[in-house]
Amino acid sequence: MTGFGAFVRRARAGGELVVQPRMGMSEPERMRAGLRATRAANGRTVGTITLDSYTRVRDLESAGLALLEGESLNGYPIVNHDPATTRWVLDGSHGPDFPVQVRHGSADPIDIFRALMTVGLDASEGGPVSYCLPYGRIPLQESVDNWSRSCELFVRLRETGLEPHLETFGGCMLGQLCPPSQLVAISVLEALFFHRHGLRSISVSYAQQTSPVQDAEAVAALRRLCAELLPDTDWHVVIYAYMGVYPASPDGAYRLLGEAAELAAATGSERLIVKTVAESVRIPTVEENVGALEFAAATAAGTRRPVTAAGAGADSQTYAEAAALVTAVLNMASDLGEAMLLAFRRGYLDIPYCLHPDNMGRSRSYIDGKGRLRWADIGRLPLTGVVETRGSRTVTSGDLLDSLSYVRRKFDHEQVSGTPGRGAIGPGAHTS
Amino acid sequence: MSSPATRGAGAADPAGDRAPARRDATVVVTGVTSDSHTWNLVFLQLLLEELGFGVVNLGPCVPEELVVSECLARRPALLVVSSVNGHGYRDGMRLISRLRRQPGLSSVPAVIGGKLGIAGAQSTEQLGALVTAGYDAVFDDGTEGIASFRRLLDALPQRALA
Repeated sequence: MTGFGAFVRRARAGGELVVQPRMGMSEPERMRAGLRATRAANGRTVGTITLDSYTRVRDLESAGLALLEGESLNGYPIVNHDPATTRWVLDGSHGPDFPVQVRHGSADPIDIFRALMTVGLDASEGGPVSYCLPYGRIPLQESVDNWSRSCELFVRLRETGLEPHLETFGGCMLGQLCPPSQLVAISVLEALFFHRHGLRSISVSYAQQTSPVQDAEAVAALRRLCAELLPDTDWHVVIYAYMGVYPASPDGAYRLLGEAAELAAATGSERLIVKTVAESVRIPTVEENVGALEFAAATAAGTRRPVTAAGAGADSQTYAEAAALVTAVLNMASDLGEAMLLAFRRGYLDIPYCLHPDNMGRSRSYIDGKGRLRWADIGRLPLTGVVETRGSRTVTSGDLLDSLSYVRRKFDHEQVSGTPGRGAIGPGAHTS
Repeated sequence: MSSPATRGAGAADPAGDRAPARRDATVVVTGVTSDSHTWNLVFLQLLLEELGFGVVNLGPCVPEELVVSECLARRPALLVVSSVNGHGYRDGMRLISRLRRQPGLSSVPAVIGGKLGIAGAQSTEQLGALVTAGYDAVFDDGTEGIASFRRLLDALPQRALA
């Protein structure tokens, strides 16, 4: 079999972690050069075309206007560019030994799927929940409908001999401060949603959070749930290097990326989305992306991988919570889209600090004294008896800023003074 | 279109004893049309509530017409535009031009801040252009930005009453 999923499986069989940038430029020449540089980098790489944020919210007029005015966008406007232009961008790099994934963030992605299918691309990412709640303001119901239609369109790619691949973005909700069990649960639920809409090649995401031990638990839980719930599916796990406020020092940024690569390798994950030293200030250059890819690939190559990817050590608190959430949602309705809508309406899924009107907003999280991301308030999440909570607490702007910058402080601070940056940080930390 | 998002930033009592005089003043916090970032908006809401302001948080990816209609309806003491994704300069220019053309909103205090371009800090000319277009202040990213934002807030009630 060919395609994105098959490429990743072959790399895994060869003991290699696939590394991938998030890269998107509006100018076709630069996008083409970026793909070629990614392909040429040392390490097992796949390419990325990240779309601009006007395309994400379907403001194609603004994307087109910026192109006319020659103004750079924060990504590649694949719907506005002519298919011939995009084929030229892909020419010479894209192929069986260099798959390319389209990354976007749209809760209304049908135009995007049409555009990528037209040029023969077979991989994208997203999900009805994860591309709606933090990424826009359309109702969740509309996002579920849009993603249903888009999946049903995307699977028709098989008629051309390609195997469509979709990655869940659910393991990255809001980038930071969502407890790992809920990230795992949403990633699994979105994978099941894709599966029920005909996808047979799927990846499940998980974004590095604040504690390496807890992250390893989360990935093991994710693998165990996928093994149980996704038969007849070619699935793999993709790790994201930390998505929140990134360290500002080059040394801190590289050490954090190194931990992400170690997490990916040590948990038997198959793919890693890297971050660069420039993340804290701006969108990175092609060269910075190549540097990050090569560093991550080398770090992973030097990390012991498990002999089997079975769920060793998966029987953790994180698994117990994730399994409780997934089971509760699956029991709500036989139609998974309907079940997810009901779950958010009743607070069975509830993203801390998420502003979307369809999110109940009763749950709260904090970082404990050991750096683990925990529930400060479970709201109406079906975790009574699974999670010990100490009652809700007030979160001030200072607490929030402390929590948001915990990782940056830890990695930058250690670089400067050599002392551990861990401490009593975030709401709830001093009550234990 | 969804109603404005005002939840999600802690239903806490906003440290009311620190600034009782501002209880009646409303600040509208908003992202720009193409920006999905929200941590900046949640932080600003908490900060403003602690300083005693009532906050209407419009959330991310806000259409310009919603900012206009909310400002007309609420007559805020301040409009705070915050952006992270790199289109902040472009979207922010368009928003303030539209806002200033609107009868009744030509003098509502309005500020913008965050990461406003895709290539790092904005040029002095671009910062100046945002002010010329109608913003009362532009705040760069970082702690000095937050400190100067707080100084502006300290000065706000008098301005709003003037």
